[in-house]
Amino acid sequence: MVRPQIVMYEEEFNQIQDVCEKLVRDANAIVVFIVDKNGQLIATAGEYENLDTTSLASLTAGNIAATGGMAKVLKENEFATQFHEGEHQNVHIQIVGQRVILVVIFDERSSLGLVRLRVRKANQALNTIFETLVQKANDPNASSPLEEITDDDIDNLFND
Amino acid sequence: MSFINYSSREINCKIVYYGPGLCGKTTNLQYVYNRTNPDAKGKMISLATETERTLFFDFLPLSLGEIRGFKTRFHLYTVPGQVFYDASRKLILKGVDGVVFVADSQIERMEANIESVENLRDNLAEQGYDLDKLPYVIQYNKRDLPNVADVSELRSVLNTTNVPDFEAVATKGNGVFDTLKATAKLVLTELKKGS
Ligand SMILES: Nc1nc2c(ncn2[C@@H]2O[C@H](COP(=O)(O)OP(=O)(O)OP(=O)(O)O)[C@@H](O)[C@H]2O)c(=O)[nH]1
Ligand SMILES: [Mg+2]
Repeated sequence: MVRPQIVMYEEEFNQIQDVCEKLVRDANAIVVFIVDKNGQLIATAGEYENLDTTSLASLTAGNIAATGGMAKVLKENEFATQFHEGEHQNVHIQIVGQRVILVVIFDERSSLGLVRLRVRKANQALNTIFETLVQKANDPNASSPLEEITDDDIDNLFND
Repeated sequence: MSFINYSSREINCKIVYYGPGLCGKTTNLQYVYNRTNPDAKGKMISLATETERTLFFDFLPLSLGEIRGFKTRFHLYTVPGQVFYDASRKLILKGVDGVVFVADSQIERMEANIESVENLRDNLAEQGYDLDKLPYVIQYNKRDLPNVADVSELRSVLNTTNVPDFEAVATKGNGVFDTLKATAKLVLTELKKGS
């Protein structure tokens, strides 16, 4: 059975991290993060110390999954962009290359127009990086850290 | 779909608890949450109705320790068991690495169990998964109730492929961690095989 895994390497991770940090600055955002469609957090930048990013990641993915389901019912391709306006903070959500989700949280120090503009740029950069990642992961010669894991290693994890 | 991060040295996997309405999926996660050290878990999220039925999903992120320098993290999800939430169940199954089927042992829930297993198989197939090739564990829950079917009977109806199975009383925690550990182990073994 095909079990596509997502694999993240140091090099691409740093590139993605750079894009996120640049986006925080350029868009005057509070937080920027990237989640895969299954809710795994890939990168975070900005003032996220007091933020439960794991929860946010899973809820973002759930949200995108639900909107994707709506799109399917309506025979739309997907709703690539979403915007939620709060009293103090706003959330801009963008699907990147049908694979991952780019989330920008911002307040009155920025504006939807600016965020949109900067997200478009970041979107292109991220697309290129994730394409490289997919190619790397599909390389039949790529090695996996799991190859060296023994049954004993797995057993030991559960001995308490 | 597991997520292997070389940069942060993490392996992330997704386990989904499936089963008919009120069988005890959410209760399983609540017990795991209550009995796990704060440093090994994140917040549990429950998207539920006012009557505490799961509306979309429950989510609990867990760390199980390190293997060869890689942190293993498991994202546990439950689906809504009520029949009419089928669209949501399909969404939760996306990218699943392992499935726990929670059966309700009560005799009058036998039909609902069978329907739910069939629904699981169909929904997986729709996404290109074959239940027989996925890490899969069955739990016979609510063993404390008086009107339960024999385990042998449940097994012959629900566990035709002889996967690991456990008796449980999720409200008291009996069998909850056994079920989770068996599933996590199968998932890691499968990952190792697939690599
Ligand atoms: N007696 C008994 N009751 C249980 C057991 N496990 C769960 N329950 C009860 O069954 C009811 C339903 O449990 P939930 O965990 O909410 O069920 P669920 O499978 O998440 O239901 P949905 O969200 O609707 O799919 C609750 O009142 C639980 O306390 C058990 O082992 N024994
Ligand atoms: Mg529930």
